[in-house]
Amino acid sequence: MIVGATSAIAHETAKLYAKEGAELFLVGRTDSKLETVASDLRVRGAKRVETCLMDVTELNRHQALFDEVIAKLGGLDAVLIAHGTLGDQAQSQQSAEAALAEFNTNCLSVISLLTILANYFEGKKRGCLAVISSVAGDRGRQSNYVYGSAKAGLNAFLAGLRNRLFKSGVTVLTIKPGFVDTPMTAHIKKGLLFASAEKVGADIYKAMQKGQDVLYTPFFWRYIMLIIKNVPEPIFKRLKL
Amino acid sequence: MKQYESWGRYPKIEPPSEVKPIFWQDAMPDLAQFTQPVLPYAYGRSYGDSCLNDGNVALDVSFLNKFLAFDDENGVLRCEAGVSLANILEVIVPRGWFLPVTPGTKYVSVGGAIANDIHGKNHHHGGTFGCHVTCFELLRSDGTRLICSPTENTALFQATIGGLGLTGLILWAEFRLKPIQNAFIDVEHIRFANVEEFFEITAQSDEDYEYTVSWVDCLAKGKSAGRGMFIRGNHNQSRYRSKLAVNRKLPLSVPFDMPSFLLNPLSMKIFNTTIYNKQFKKVRRGVTSYDPFFYPLDMLDKWNKMYGKAGFLQYQLVVPFNDDFRAIKEILERIAASGEGSFLAVLKTFGSIKSPGMLSFPKPGVTLALDFPYYGQKTLRLLDQLDEVVRQSDGSVYPAKDARMSPQSFQQYYPNWREFAQYIDPKFSSSFWRRVTEPMEEKVHHVGTEKHGVKVGI
Repeated sequence: MIVGATSAIAHETAKLYAKEGAELFLVGRTDSKLETVASDLRVRGAKRVETCLMDVTELNRHQALFDEVIAKLGGLDAVLIAHGTLGDQAQSQQSAEAALAEFNTNCLSVISLLTILANYFEGKKRGCLAVISSVAGDRGRQSNYVYGSAKAGLNAFLAGLRNRLFKSGVTVLTIKPGFVDTPMTAHIKKGLLFASAEKVGADIYKAMQKGQDVLYTPFFWRYIMLIIKNVPEPIFKRLKL
Repeated sequence: MKQYESWGRYPKIEPPSEVKPIFWQDAMPDLAQFTQPVLPYAYGRSYGDSCLNDGNVALDVSFLNKFLAFDDENGVLRCEAGVSLANILEVIVPRGWFLPVTPGTKYVSVGGAIANDIHGKNHHHGGTFGCHVTCFELLRSDGTRLICSPTENTALFQATIGGLGLTGLILWAEFRLKPIQNAFIDVEHIRFANVEEFFEITAQSDEDYEYTVSWVDCLAKGKSAGRGMFIRGNHNQSRYRSKLAVNRKLPLSVPFDMPSFLLNPLSMKIFNTTIYNKQFKKVRRGVTSYDPFFYPLDMLDKWNKMYGKAGFLQYQLVVPFNDDFRAIKEILERIAASGEGSFLAVLKTFGSIKSPGMLSFPKPGVTLALDFPYYGQKTLRLLDQLDEVVRQSDGSVYPAKDARMSPQSFQQYYPNWREFAQYIDPKFSSSFWRRVTEPMEEKVHHVGTEKHGVKVGI
């Protein structure tokens, strides 16, 4: 199952699953995009592709969504949660409503989905739960701390879930991509640090296969964030980051 | 960061003032809102300036890269315009299908393959790419979307095939594939000593061999003038060989501009003589995966940077058969006399299959493709001289590879260009089109190149 399946990164990972003939269940909120991605994955070799149109911030539909997946595919081996919005920081500073909406999409909706899925996988005693978080969750910075703190909450939730599900043999993967050249970042000028969705998608596929815990992609973000995390707060608060 | 330049990296022009990435067919920008002309751009594999738009708007369609449908019973594929031929091969070869026509690189988009009506080693058997297109959808700047096929919006269908991206934005296309048994090609390499012998081997090979192409040693003079290697092949028919391709892409790339003196007459001569003497026997047979057969240059990523900062010029001409190979011989003589070696020269015969494309380049005859490092005015002068021969022989030059032909030459090569121009979308234009249709632009262009020539000549 892939939630946010029309995101460029999720689509790239899905292509690799399609190539090995997987059965896929795609969730997205725009009909035409979802159908385009589904047909692409069918051509690329997916044995079966089912789709469900929904906005995942409608939390009360999550149980029904899960029931539909199980009914249609007969079970789940791996889940990739990839939906998210890169909200406007300035707007979130002006309006609490906008800030909370960011939390709804990037954090609360994921927690709701994972609660249902975790219980299923815990009973099944194998499988992989992979969630796209962000390097922005590693430390709050003035340029996007609303988005970043939603991801930070998510990171802590995932770490706890990983700890809980370890004994059941279920892997939980926290994915922290840096800058990726996708429609989400179309308005940003691209620098050297930008990676292609293809590269990031392939990294995610590999990490899911291996049962990795945390993935920084591309790899160098681990070191960039290590530095950023270790700048002492009295200095950090003066920086323009 | 993506550079919006052409493969030959000549001419150097202003980057686009605006790059508009196109992600979804259903979320298209309103093309009418742009005040400057627009031009689609994907992977920038056109050599000259047909993919450039001098400081105007680039519509980046490389994100429009989804497959839409694959009928693997009948071999019909439908995909968005930004899908590359490399993507397609990955999907279709393991299932027993191949591209109906492929150029010498697989890193071109489907939209570009149509816009340049590309041809390949099987032109004498399969015609151009446009011959296999069943339909496509075209977005015009007034917002209309038109399905074009041989029976629907026929004139726009014909104008768009080989239409250099000027008739609107191709959103997706559908085309026929050809069945194969496996991913391998039976190949024969045959040495030939001169142009006459090339024509003899061609005449013997065209019927029985689907793919033919020759490399010619442009630097050889006197007795060995016109010597080269004829390469012919067919899809291997064994049912026991694998459909999985062995992708032997070297983990190599040309990371930066090589100093331009590395490619000099001597190093080119050594390279060309080595190829010619690679085999002692007259004929060498073998079986190879399709990748090295069709795409030898793709193995070296960014090979265009070998030519250094100044870039290089491609020149591909076709001349009709009926002149006793005089034109080809004269062209080879003029190149040898100029001392401006062409690093790689490729010779092939075109067949008589007619493309639906209005402005399509191939026609029955012999085609010769050359590339020259850009050394300023003397390179441009040589190509002007070659144009003289081509014009006298009633031949033509390939716009997708051109960066310098005069409006007079273009208008003689493509006498129906005015008819074609009626179908150009009013919002679309390219550096190439302005150059070959607006004589005033030509002057400005030449001042620019001269300046550049001096810089490089030092």
